[in-house]
Amino acid sequence: MVWLFAGLIGWLVAWRVNVWLSSLPPSRAISLAVPTIFGLTLIFIWECLVRGFEINPVLLPAPSVIAVTFATSIPTLWADFVQTAIKGALSGYIIGCGAAFLTAVAIDRFPFLQRGLLPVGNFVAALPIIGMAPIMVMWFGFDWQSKAAVVVIMVFFPMLVNTVEGLQATNHMQRDLMRTYAANYPQTLMKLRLPAAMPFIFNGLKISTTLALIGAIVAEFFGSPIKGMGFRISTEVGRLALDMVWAEIVVAALAGSLFYGGVALLEKAVTFWHPSQRKDR
Amino acid sequence: MKNLFPILTVVAAIFALWYAGSVALNAPWAHDKAQRAGIELTTKELIADTMAQKKPKLPPPHQVGAEIWKTTGAMVAKGRAFSKRSLIYHSWITLSATLLGFALGTGFGILLSVGIVYNRTMDMSVMPWVIASQTIPILAIAPMIIVVLNAIGISGLLPKAIISMYLSFFPIVVGMVKGLRSPDHMMVDQMKTWSASKGQEFWKLRLPSSMPFLFPSLKIAMAASLVGAIVGELPTGAVAGLGARLLGGSYYGQTIQIWSALITAAVLAATLVGIIGMIQKVVLKRMGMA
Repeated sequence: MVWLFAGLIGWLVAWRVNVWLSSLPPSRAISLAVPTIFGLTLIFIWECLVRGFEINPVLLPAPSVIAVTFATSIPTLWADFVQTAIKGALSGYIIGCGAAFLTAVAIDRFPFLQRGLLPVGNFVAALPIIGMAPIMVMWFGFDWQSKAAVVVIMVFFPMLVNTVEGLQATNHMQRDLMRTYAANYPQTLMKLRLPAAMPFIFNGLKISTTLALIGAIVAEFFGSPIKGMGFRISTEVGRLALDMVWAEIVVAALAGSLFYGGVALLEKAVTFWHPSQRKDR
Repeated sequence: MKNLFPILTVVAAIFALWYAGSVALNAPWAHDKAQRAGIELTTKELIADTMAQKKPKLPPPHQVGAEIWKTTGAMVAKGRAFSKRSLIYHSWITLSATLLGFALGTGFGILLSVGIVYNRTMDMSVMPWVIASQTIPILAIAPMIIVVLNAIGISGLLPKAIISMYLSFFPIVVGMVKGLRSPDHMMVDQMKTWSASKGQEFWKLRLPSSMPFLFPSLKIAMAASLVGAIVGELPTGAVAGLGARLLGGSYYGQTIQIWSALITAAVLAATLVGIIGMIQKVVLKRMGMA
């Protein structure tokens, strides 16, 4: 009862603070503080509810329990992370995005292929490609190669569509200017069209980060060596060790955010000229 | 329609690649068989064999097509459209979870986006988490949701629908927040000069002008929802649904079954997204936006 009461009080106090903070003139510190307080409040309420209602840890472990499990099983989690995120997702991501990028540049010279591939690519991007996972596991075995293969086909089409669209992003004026400079095709590509395509390419890269992790994790549900995030999640769920599952989910969340954040930082460095990246003055 | 010819070319190329791939991938097994039987295969026999294996590595399109027909059309003809061996039955299981999850996700997504647009505190505290949550592989928690809900006695349609809801919810929030904020100052001021109430401003200005943003989000949400339902069927251990067909097929090496489930899922996704596209066309036309 005390815990429930504490949760309620904590929630009300934090909400008041947030209301007060968000009524202040906007600044960077406030726009960071408000969501942080909100997130911490959620975790606090979660902890209080679990303790207050004495929820069975098999159903929902408290955040503190998850944190302890996380801290004590870091070696296992690290091995899983390397197996799934680095070997499976990252290698597949690089191969898939690289292949899609090269394909896009190659078909860029043939408007016929573009008009055919763009609708098909858009169509395929909406399909449940994740279903290819069992087939890839059959073809490439249980280890990370099959996970990388799933990731490759998952990221290929979103990346292709975005790059092709990006390469069309220049307008007539700009292309005419390049012509008046007597620029040839490679020069136009390198100095005008690729830089102009960068915002689109990074959009594709960012979408692909999440897809890559999802692909690698779900592919492990269909068979994997005895390490990996997807393997750990499915086996620990079977053993009803939910604190370990949650610890693995924390790892997945961290890996996803870091991956996305890394690409976003790279984007900032490459497309500093784009209106969405310029600082407000 | 001017794109029809290029699209058909690309589709034909995909089929050609598919056939070539199935010959290449199935050939080792055909050679193996021939060697054990002690016969030499001519190229023609080899290709014929790769087209008609029982458990091919990559089944050629016509085998998949035949399997789909056998488990849908032929079942209907026999009057057993909803028997457990029919893909219609499995598709329906998946489809119902998808649609329920999609409806829930859309409902909650729109409600949350209204809250975010009208409440500054909510905007500042919830919106960053909505965006951050897109970077997290949410699908990873699917098995847990299924098992936990099973443990407290909820099974069947709802757990899968909850996963679908979770996946379809975020595109809707992001799209609708953008859409509800799309009227510019001029339009909002115009509503003010007419002394419109908050409710009137919402119903007559913000909601209508969010429609062009809503439909693309709906399409993404529908595709995500189907993926959620399929993945949600995996941990329950291959009982029913397209995901179960995938898992069952992978357990027993029934590649043709996997591919037919996969193609059915693709057709389902395309149909659902296509229906939304059609509604979009009609609605936007009636509203004078397209």
